[in-house]
Amino acid sequence: MFKRLDESPRQTVTVIINGHHVVVPEGESVAAAVLAENIGFTRTTPVNNQPRAPFCMMGVCFDCLMVIDGVPNQQACMVQVRDGMRIERQHGSGV
Amino acid sequence: MNDHYRLVIIGAGPAGLAAATVAADHGVETALLDEQPAPGGQIFRAIESAPDKRARQLGPEYRRGEKLVSAFRHSSARYYPDTQVWSLSADREIGLNHRQQAQVISADQVLLANGAFERPVPFPGWTLPGVMNAGAGQILFKGSGIVPADGVVLAGSGPLLLLLAWQYLRAGVKVRAVLDTISRSNYLKALPWLPKALMVHHHITQGLRYQQTLRLAGVELHNGISDLQAHGSESLETISYRHKGSKHRLKTDSLLIHFGVIPNIHLSQAAGCNHYWHARQQCWRPELDLWGSSSIDGILVAGDGGGIGGARTAEHAGRIAAFQVLHNLGVISQRERDREAARDRKWMKADLRIRPFLEKLFSIPDSMLRIPHDNAIVCRCEEVTAGEIRSAIAEGHGDSNQVKFLTRCGMGPCQGRQCAQAVAQIVADKTSLPMKKSTQFRVRPPLKPLTLGQLASLYPDEPE
Repeated sequence: MFKRLDESPRQTVTVIINGHHVVVPEGESVAAAVLAENIGFTRTTPVNNQPRAPFCMMGVCFDCLMVIDGVPNQQACMVQVRDGMRIERQHGSGV
Repeated sequence: MNDHYRLVIIGAGPAGLAAATVAADHGVETALLDEQPAPGGQIFRAIESAPDKRARQLGPEYRRGEKLVSAFRHSSARYYPDTQVWSLSADREIGLNHRQQAQVISADQVLLANGAFERPVPFPGWTLPGVMNAGAGQILFKGSGIVPADGVVLAGSGPLLLLLAWQYLRAGVKVRAVLDTISRSNYLKALPWLPKALMVHHHITQGLRYQQTLRLAGVELHNGISDLQAHGSESLETISYRHKGSKHRLKTDSLLIHFGVIPNIHLSQAAGCNHYWHARQQCWRPELDLWGSSSIDGILVAGDGGGIGGARTAEHAGRIAAFQVLHNLGVISQRERDREAARDRKWMKADLRIRPFLEKLFSIPDSMLRIPHDNAIVCRCEEVTAGEIRSAIAEGHGDSNQVKFLTRCGMGPCQGRQCAQAVAQIVADKTSLPMKKSTQFRVRPPLKPLTLGQLASLYPDEPE
């Protein structure tokens, strides 16, 4: 489980994570935003249907693949949040 | 972005920033490409945007990045953030996506400064949600001020475990335990390198100070742990490990692991540069001369991507490589190159004195690298276990690429970044071949996912 440090407020945007509206700091990665929400797993694997979550946070492991604005297989750690962005768990290969 | 630059640098960490600043200040048209939205690399991530309080919690080494980034910002180097490089050829053609738009550019000189990533070490349960790299935890802290809830366990080996635990304490996070695999034999093997390391003793005293602070705060510190495993159904619930002959179990929903870092060699491999196995650093590195020149003309490597030396060494190596580039381009003479680089060379040599000691002390045990548990998933993408890899080898597939064809290990979206080294080490163990004789996965572009639309956009006006 993760939590946000109590820091002075910055610019925020609203994103929709698995159908829920969430206010998050502008400029952070989608992976950071979903981890702070503690939604558990962010995808299931295509081979054995196992739960996974972000692992490396720097674009090398590809474990944080999610469906962002309807497009599957997006590296959540490499995409920045935008106002109104729809972020969803990916099931299997996502297609 | 232009179609051609005299110098293209890939990676905006300490090496890339220092090199770009030197080259641009000497009037060379320089483009710096980086995957992240802001400069600093992983080590100085979010250095321009992190609130003051957070930067203080992260400590003085983090704040050193401010100067480096500011000098770069004041230089005339062109900066292209949000740029993923998906190919590099021996004749210095670079395929890239800049803000989702594909483009191919070329350069007279290419400097790879794309750093390192955390060594993937497969163990049972390491794919469970709740288990994450310690460096990833640090990225969340630097970039977003996100930290684990109380009770996090840090495990593995290397100075980052202590540093991160110390940083978390400063932010008020209760760390449950720091579990390190370093054993008595590691201390003995590191001992001969201690006198040299003591010449830069501030690194060692700093480590001891971290340990003391953590102990006083009630953090359990254990060395010599083995058989680390993570357990849970949908996410992490408990971890288990062996210490002093008995088995221990801890309840936690957050485990941050770290086993040192290894050079990110995907680009130098794609270009066809020669690489070799570095036994003490337990990783492959590109073959480089004293100036960072690779085996291919006009392609240089600086920083951790060329061998692990840390942020300060990377900065020096970046400048040294930049002086070589200036010489290659005819901007400065050989004599000027030697003179300009002398100071960085001296500081880099001093900074590197600690490395052999650290490498021996934090060396990862063979039991984890060469003989992972049969049910440990080695290829996280295609979900191939160490047991399946051993079966493939037992059937006569005694080479990484044969194992790949047979098991699909390394064929997923990460393209083998996470399993290449583990597979080679399992193969080396089962075939009793030394790692320097082992083969690496063949690397083919695109190195990053590229949509057909992006590929097609490379040729917008192609006539029928």
